Amino acid sequence: MSLRRPSKEQPENFEFNAASLEAAKVIIEKYPKDKQQSAVMALLYIAQKQNSNWIPLAAMKCIGKFLDMPYIKIYEVATFYTMYNLAPVGKYFIQVCTTTPCMIRGAYKVVEACKEKISENENELSKDQSCSWMEVECLGACVNAPMMQVNDDYYEDLDKENTLKILDKILGGEIPKPGSYRGRKNNEPENNRKTLMDLKNA
Amino acid sequence: MLKLKVNEIDVEVDEGLTVLQACEKAGVEIPRFCYHEKLSIAGNCRMCLVELEKSPKPVASCAMPAAEGMNIKTNTEFVEKARKGVMEFLLANHPLDCPVCDQGGECDLQDQSMFYGVDKSRYKENKREVSEKNMGPLIKTQMTRCIHCTRCVRFATEVAGVTEIGAIGRGEDMEITTYLEQSMQSELSANVVDLCPVGALTSKPYVFEARPWELKKTESIDVMDAIGSNIRVDTYGWEVKRILPRINEDINEEWISDKTRYACDGLLNQRLDTPYIKYNGKFEKASWNEVFNIIKSKFKNADKNKICGMSGDLVNMETLYIFKEFFNKTLGSYNVESRSDHTYLNPQNRENYLFNSTINGIEEADFILLVGSNPRYEATILNARIRKAYLQNKTKIISLNNVGDLTYPYESLDGDIENIKKITEDNHEVSNLIKQAKKPLIIFGQSSLKTKSAKYIFESFKSFLKKNNKISDEWNSLNTISENASTVGSFDLGLYKTVDGSNEVLKNLENHMFEIVYLLGVDNLKFEKKNEFVIYQGSHGDKGADIADIILPGAAYTEQNGYFTNLEGKLQKAYKASFPPEEAKEDWLIINELAEAMNHRKLFNDKDELDSSLLNQINLFIEKDKSIKASSVKNLEFNKEILKVENEDYYYSNAIARASKTMFECKKAKINLKLTGTEG
Repeated sequence: MSLRRPSKEQPENFEFNAASLEAAKVIIEKYPKDKQQSAVMALLYIAQKQNSNWIPLAAMKCIGKFLDMPYIKIYEVATFYTMYNLAPVGKYFIQVCTTTPCMIRGAYKVVEACKEKISENENELSKDQSCSWMEVECLGACVNAPMMQVNDDYYEDLDKENTLKILDKILGGEIPKPGSYRGRKNNEPENNRKTLMDLKNA
Repeated sequence: MLKLKVNEIDVEVDEGLTVLQACEKAGVEIPRFCYHEKLSIAGNCRMCLVELEKSPKPVASCAMPAAEGMNIKTNTEFVEKARKGVMEFLLANHPLDCPVCDQGGECDLQDQSMFYGVDKSRYKENKREVSEKNMGPLIKTQMTRCIHCTRCVRFATEVAGVTEIGAIGRGEDMEITTYLEQSMQSELSANVVDLCPVGALTSKPYVFEARPWELKKTESIDVMDAIGSNIRVDTYGWEVKRILPRINEDINEEWISDKTRYACDGLLNQRLDTPYIKYNGKFEKASWNEVFNIIKSKFKNADKNKICGMSGDLVNMETLYIFKEFFNKTLGSYNVESRSDHTYLNPQNRENYLFNSTINGIEEADFILLVGSNPRYEATILNARIRKAYLQNKTKIISLNNVGDLTYPYESLDGDIENIKKITEDNHEVSNLIKQAKKPLIIFGQSSLKTKSAKYIFESFKSFLKKNNKISDEWNSLNTISENASTVGSFDLGLYKTVDGSNEVLKNLENHMFEIVYLLGVDNLKFEKKNEFVIYQGSHGDKGADIADIILPGAAYTEQNGYFTNLEGKLQKAYKASFPPEEAKEDWLIINELAEAMNHRKLFNDKDELDSSLLNQINLFIEKDKSIKASSVKNLEFNKEILKVENEDYYYSNAIARASKTMFECKKAKINLKLTGTEG
């Protein structure tokens, strides 16, 4: 990992749209008066949602004015947290978990699939500009390792083959079904339970 | 009071102090990088670890509040090991480039690693590399050397009041930078160079100029504004290499403004190094004897009422004093003036032109009213104090004008002088605020004293404050920000000629009533020359020398001993760090020799006699001033007028600054920022 820098190509302006503005106001109201700056992280996330998954500098300025906060403070926060994207990502933003449990279960096969289908390097847009991928740290679905996240959905129990299939569908503009790809329900044991058999609701 | 032990020494400290401060009180030195007395506590360098009894781990003493019965140890093996460990981590990514680093020789990291560190490194890994950042024309960055103490970030946020520096990224990738690498928009910005404990932020104009042990250090006083900041002048031979702040808690604390620090390269340019005479519009070199003879014959043939003398903004008090003596005694003329514009002056009492609440007093004030002043440019250090007062007490601040960003929030009125009328007639909400405040602070800027209604503004306000008992022995709320280093000194010595506050000499000068004009370091005079014979004495070839017929090369403030009285009325002495170039002489000496040439008698035998005579005069004046009961001023005339705060070009306000390349760079950087529209 290295220092993430803002994209060279920046939009001129950024304004919150009505829905974002509504959401931002709800968040700010949660904090005491004069402490509205605490809402900066949530607002950055709202801005990221609105601006197809990345935060331009104009958005940081907009938030700075909104919360009466120096720009550098927002810049600090945005560069600190890796989940804020400072450069454009694809409409389908794919995050592949490569932390130990996933790695042991073959996360690098998933990475290989991404390299084949989307782009040679991380954070690079696919040929049709719709997709980009990156390696991330643990996404908390170790039981269903290896896994990846596409926008808000988890795709679990992957191997190279079904990853390729998922990516093909995504590149074709179709959203595949999220969840386990080995037929599991949530994170139940494979081939039925092996313990606590006498308990119905376990 | 808390009782605790440091290395088995018993100490008593006040509550609220930290362990580090307690150790200092016990005379034990604790190494530190991030901790600084004037800044908030960060606790991120970990160098100040100490052993605390009953604590299994070492404790960061800068962030640990002292408590009753603590037993602190700083000289054990445990502490030594902790320090070595911290030092090893700090050096893990610090380059070994001390030989080419400007901080070398005065580097905290260098000194402390010699003292507390290990003599070899165990790391084989590559060190990280961080690109240089642009922080403007004054600060050179070499961010690979940064150890992330965040002193600069805290300084910019807290003291300078411009939140423009921050730490971006995280962990190993953390970098200190200004927002999008714009230059820092503060007049105090270069103080981060002093604060930086390593060579990450160094001085750009001073880059590779000298090593600290090669320089001669002279403690002196600054003349760039009327504050009288305490400085240290570092010289290498004749050249003034740099200027650093000296701690004076009553005046500048630890900071100096960028102009104070960097205008010093103007001392090398545009210097007058020999006497000149103008023949047919061209200056030609001359000897001292020649020019003295010409001046002598000119003065001999002139009517003494048609002679005038004006003194400038950077002149020390010895010179002012002998200048006045020369006019009064040798020439028999009383046309001596120190104001080079029509500023209102009521010299009855000293309090009329002083900053009476004192700079320290700002922190006690509970209400501040600015009348026609932009303290950020007129007195940068004083503005930092107002900001400090605001941060400490949330002092309410109102300005008559909207003067832009002052680094603290304030309310502004519309600038109409009608407001002053209403306030003084007890007919405005501000009147009540002043009356309710225990220690109000009314600050008059130069702009308010230059208006047509200056007399009305000042005198009616003064009588309003008097009436409400805000001018007393305990607290004097009447304050003026003087414009120049020599302003208060000139007034104390009586270098003015006034009827009702006017500037008589300048009035006559503008009407071309004089035949001979003697300008003593006057460069800010707006004057169209006609048939006057102009003698200019000064250090720089600037506006004054331009209109001169004879030039007497004088010395700059670093080249002669001299007294200056700051805007609070504090007398301070500036010491000689360098010497005047070539034929140039110390200013007092020139006038003394001229007096000798005129009538074969020196005014003073030597500098000591001049000094003692001057101090005597000042002491008598201050004694006398206390006993004077000022009569109230009448004929107050109210003119309907909008007060405008006009600041002369901050970076170009005097002859030295105008000759400085660094000040030019600063000015350019500011203009560029405005052009690109990225400001604000």
